[in-house]
Amino acid sequence: MSDNLIRYISKPHPVTGVTNAKLGIWCFLASEVMLFGGLFSAYVLLRTGAPLWPRGSEILNVPLATLNTIILITSSVTMVMAWASLAMKEFSKYKRYMGMTILLALAFLVVKAFEYGHKFEHHHFPSTNTFYAIYFTLTGLHGLHIVGGVVVNTYFLFPGSRMWEHDPEQFMGRIECAGLYWHFVDLVWIFLFPVLYLL
Amino acid sequence: MPKYYGWGLPYNASAYGAEIDRLIYVLHVFMILLFVGWFAFLLIALFKFRSRPGHKAEYKHNHFKAPSYLEVGVALFEAVLLLGFSFPIARHTRAFPAKGEALEVRIVAEQFAWNIHYPGPDGVFGKTDIKLIGPANALGLDRTDPAAKDDITAINQLHVPVNKPVVVHLSSKDVIHSFFLPVMRVKQDIIPGQNIPVWFQAKASGNFEIACAQLCGLGHYRMRGFFIVDEPDKFSAWLAKFAPKVAVPAPVPAPATAAAPVVLAV
Amino acid sequence: MSDQHHSHGLPFWRKYIFSVDHKVIGIQYGISGLLFLLFGFCLMMLMRWQLAYPGQPLPVLGNLFSEKFMVGGIMLPEFYNQLGAMHGTIMVFLGVVPLAVGGFGNYFVPLQIGAPDMAFPKLNMMSFWVFFLGGVSMVASFFVPGGAAQSGWTSYPPLSDIATTGQTVWLIGMVFLITSSLLGSVNFIVTIVQLRADGLSFFRLPFFVWAQFVTSFLLLLAFPPLEAAGVLQLMDRVAGTSFFLPSGLVVAGKALTVSGGGNPLLWQHLFWFLAHPEVYVLILPAMGIVAEIVACNTRKPIYGYKSMVYSIVFLGFMSFIVWAHHMFLTGMGSKMSAFFQITTMIISIPSVIILTALALSLWGGSIRFTTPMLFATAFLPMFGIGGLTGLPLGLTASDIPLHDTYYVIGHFHYVVAPGTIFALFAGIYHWYPKVTGRKMSEILGKIHFFFSLIFINGVFMPMFIMGLAGVSRRLYDPMQYAHAQPTQPLNVFISICAWSLGLAQIPFILNFFGSLIWGKKVDRNPWESTTLEWAAPSPPPHGNFDTVPQVYRGPYEYSVPGQKHDFWPQDMAKEN
Repeated sequence: MSDNLIRYISKPHPVTGVTNAKLGIWCFLASEVMLFGGLFSAYVLLRTGAPLWPRGSEILNVPLATLNTIILITSSVTMVMAWASLAMKEFSKYKRYMGMTILLALAFLVVKAFEYGHKFEHHHFPSTNTFYAIYFTLTGLHGLHIVGGVVVNTYFLFPGSRMWEHDPEQFMGRIECAGLYWHFVDLVWIFLFPVLYLL
Repeated sequence: MPKYYGWGLPYNASAYGAEIDRLIYVLHVFMILLFVGWFAFLLIALFKFRSRPGHKAEYKHNHFKAPSYLEVGVALFEAVLLLGFSFPIARHTRAFPAKGEALEVRIVAEQFAWNIHYPGPDGVFGKTDIKLIGPANALGLDRTDPAAKDDITAINQLHVPVNKPVVVHLSSKDVIHSFFLPVMRVKQDIIPGQNIPVWFQAKASGNFEIACAQLCGLGHYRMRGFFIVDEPDKFSAWLAKFAPKVAVPAPVPAPATAAAPVVLAV
Repeated sequence: MSDQHHSHGLPFWRKYIFSVDHKVIGIQYGISGLLFLLFGFCLMMLMRWQLAYPGQPLPVLGNLFSEKFMVGGIMLPEFYNQLGAMHGTIMVFLGVVPLAVGGFGNYFVPLQIGAPDMAFPKLNMMSFWVFFLGGVSMVASFFVPGGAAQSGWTSYPPLSDIATTGQTVWLIGMVFLITSSLLGSVNFIVTIVQLRADGLSFFRLPFFVWAQFVTSFLLLLAFPPLEAAGVLQLMDRVAGTSFFLPSGLVVAGKALTVSGGGNPLLWQHLFWFLAHPEVYVLILPAMGIVAEIVACNTRKPIYGYKSMVYSIVFLGFMSFIVWAHHMFLTGMGSKMSAFFQITTMIISIPSVIILTALALSLWGGSIRFTTPMLFATAFLPMFGIGGLTGLPLGLTASDIPLHDTYYVIGHFHYVVAPGTIFALFAGIYHWYPKVTGRKMSEILGKIHFFFSLIFINGVFMPMFIMGLAGVSRRLYDPMQYAHAQPTQPLNVFISICAWSLGLAQIPFILNFFGSLIWGKKVDRNPWESTTLEWAAPSPPPHGNFDTVPQVYRGPYEYSVPGQKHDFWPQDMAKEN
């Protein structure tokens, strides 16, 4: 058995200045930029090639989406507060802020479900036209990413939070990475909202 | 009857085909020369430096200058290929003849046939509507449209006159096909939803073929059409034979002073 | 942290099935990759019967297939198209990349950088099992109603949009495979950046590690647009959208009842944005393997190591801006066509630099003709032919008659088959002693090499003639077109060579498994190589090295003047 262990799990690398997980999440986010970038490119190609394209504000519910934007931005703030609480070694505050983040995310999804339901009631489906097709696909994939974030954050709130007891440094690093992911999901929405709803 | 197809480039019946063929020959000469020289180097090195008793490898060797020259040479040659061959050829293949000079044809590809549509003597394509598509009307030609009265339609046979430019307007009913005339060095993908023109000029007459060059389903391998290049008189005769048999309208009653009744040409 | 310490206390299923050890995962990927290569090859051997003898019943084997695929032993067009699409898909995504990156990369990158494992061992394990799910989906797709995907590995809509169920299963399989690749590429990048041993600067890395590093960036950044495209095509097929379907389509006499407004070219752009970097994913690890073997078997440093590194990084970057050279004939404007021709010409330069450097590495060496060296050396002219024949395809004017013909098939197979796959064989013969502690038989290896070399050229060289004659790809029956009939004897010749090539793999299979039992036992460093993996025991235990490695010099310090031995390992503090 060797004494050779994987390094830089909790302590940052002396040259790169980051832990493995942090570099990993940045790489993953780069790939996510390309994923949503591919879909945004599809949007551009479809819109510029279409003879007619509706204005998002005429078809979609801008007030609800504005509410959702506020919800998501707030959840990013609570996510940072959760991480900051760990930095200040206040574990109960961390739990509170993480819980708020999850609840806000769920609220976002509820609003979205309401939006979708309203569309379906009026027989507007992805198959109705390419505007709805790209709208549902972009927001749907974004919604799946929110769900993914909720799952991860819930894990870190409940079973995963046990790591705080025996390896607080690594746990804090994990929350920082989860935070980076969450901010990215928020950022995608900051692009989605004006592109789909306002332009 | 010349042999059109064999091992290598097909017979060239195209006015701009020779330029494309020349580029292909030049490329292959270059590729073969480069490969032979380079392969010779490889064999020499493998033999000269095979491991044997008393022979040691060199740790540091002189920086070879030849590869840098080779690299620059390759880059310059590629610039020549672009500026001296590919871009000028593109200017020709994209230089569509002026309206009126060329024979205009529409080809609507479908699984697995070529629907050919000539505008007829009036030079105007009749309107088409997908709602009119049926077993007897693959193009959906609207015969009530005055411009469509003289249109000629055919399936899987494209007739063109020799030594006259032809513009083919390509479209597809269903999936991506590709219009390929081996002897004309013409190949153009047909993207559904788009109308893509391609032009060529045949410099020799003969019976050639149309092939589909993009997988389009189960019948892709048998999507063969006939491409016949005729002398002008034979071509006109074919057009006349295939023209729709439309009744000649009754002559307009001439004013008393007119010499002869006016017959509308078809 | 905890799973780094105990490998001896683990139950069988955690030690060998759901292992987090990069070596076990590497072997899992490697064996799966080899099995899929064999399966993909068998699919092609079936196709070659129909191509050589169109419409003739396949003797013996023909009766084993259901009426869905073959009637009276005669292949149906739908089966031919399924074989074609799945041969390509399986070879690229289930065969070559898993073996080259998942297999060789996973096993040897941590060893060559002196790390105990990959940065994220659990993620590594997940990557493998998601890949496995993708593989199962792809194979299962043959058995759904309508059979497997049959619109080419390129899956162009509208054909793929209206295709049978197998296409949906293909898309689901691709989502699994892309996810696996993305997770894997994150692991490789973080491992190479963060876990290099002390003293192992970037310019002391073996070229193999550089190759895997650039490859991982290609996978990371190029795959997501295809994932996006896959989602869009799934939406078209399952949710009735029209991302790729324009209005006014009439299929088999009936108008399609979709909203329309889509564009088939949207798929092509998203697909090729991945698929072009993907072909560099196929070749880069191979170049890395060849570099290792050439250095070791010429007993001297690689020529132009620094130029090779700069070239491979530049190549990786350029690979993102050439994709539309696959779309020259789709009706693009002259400016776009000019741009992509220029970038395509430019990308040939780093490729030529790397190939030339490898060839020049032979000059002044003391060349040992071991089996790995034979395969690695053969890679050079074979990749050369593949690369050179890309030139007519990369210029629009010459591409017009050659696009979608057998010329293209010959071009890309030369790069991947006697190119990459030969390099992968070389890697197997070279690294087998490290993984198993035994050497493979040189005699069987040389038989495998010579017959493979002869027959593989017999398969692919005639295809250039067929391509120049204008014979299109993906033709179930080549005899229907007059321009394809004269080259039909070449089809027969190619098929015979292909089946012979299959037979020529038997010595390899026997050697691979037989040497596990009868192979000569060797110590840690039988090839007297300098890189770090040879400092570990054969096979390395969990954690890899006896002590934490420290690196003192570059990767190819062979025949250093003044040394007693003709190799100076990277981690050896004193003289050798």
